[in-house]
Amino acid sequence: MFGVSEGPWPWYVAGPLIGLMVPLMILLKRRFGISTSLQRVCAAAVPKSASLFDYDWRSIGGWNVTFALGVALGGTLAALALPAGDVVAIAAATREALTGLGLSDMRGLAPAQIFSWQALGTWPGFMSMVVGGFLVGFGARVAGGCTSGHAISGIAELRAASVVTVVGFFIGGLTITYLALPALLAGLQ
Amino acid sequence: MKAPRLWVFGLAGIWFGVVLVKAEVLSWFRIQEMFRFDAFHMYGVIGSAIAVGAVGRWLLGEGPVRDAATPRHMVGGTIFGLGWGLTGACPGPMYALIGYGVTPYAVVLVSAIVGTWTYGRLRDTRLASHPMIGRSLNLN
Repeated sequence: MFGVSEGPWPWYVAGPLIGLMVPLMILLKRRFGISTSLQRVCAAAVPKSASLFDYDWRSIGGWNVTFALGVALGGTLAALALPAGDVVAIAAATREALTGLGLSDMRGLAPAQIFSWQALGTWPGFMSMVVGGFLVGFGARVAGGCTSGHAISGIAELRAASVVTVVGFFIGGLTITYLALPALLAGLQ
Repeated sequence: MKAPRLWVFGLAGIWFGVVLVKAEVLSWFRIQEMFRFDAFHMYGVIGSAIAVGAVGRWLLGEGPVRDAATPRHMVGGTIFGLGWGLTGACPGPMYALIGYGVTPYAVVLVSAIVGTWTYGRLRDTRLASHPMIGRSLNLN
């Protein structure tokens, strides 16, 4: 279905399938958002380390963790039954720009030159994986949500705060793309 | 109504995870394409998800949520955006990438958990009175 083997599902199929999460979660008396699961993991692992995590994660956050595990399992099932293409079908302009920055291997869902275990000790790998991940987790808690909770759920709720948060997402992302990546990828090995 | 059983959320997660893979939303390359404004794909996915979410809410009789945008949303959003630009993955895609077999994203996920934990620790210090840290803005 939807050209499983040749290229991605089009946006007008994928977007609505994601958007249906919003009414589905309302019917389930919850609210669609993923980054809260990171907080539930802290509550499960080190509940006494901070008041933010000092609650019974099973009763309050069991669903967040189950949902997140489901997302990972969905990734596994897709890899087995409906894998993504060997090369992500990005625009030629993006491919050229990234080649110009020094990326030579465009296979896979993420460039192995940056996102691999071997690259972890390199400057681009450490910044992209360790520092980048930290900023995602920290920023999501300062703003109160991530792409799902703010961009999708929040704007669907017509929240002013979510619109401002998404503007911030783009300020940060554009800063990395145009100011930091050229310097960072110059360190590719 | 009885609380929904946990497996229902597991199924919903599988649905979300499969779509993240099949629309390539979890790909660093797609996020670069988005931040370079080279294609409509990501804007179409997020935009139509918002539209369907908004219509779904309306059909269920839910009204708009009135809240105030604060500097904290802008700052937190920008910090998150720096991370999104670097990792090419927001939290949902991190889980899906690990499940798909792109195992180095386990490092990204652990770092995101450490970032979340660091926020929790700062909230228990004198910074709790700071408008950027203070009260938890958790939406869920």
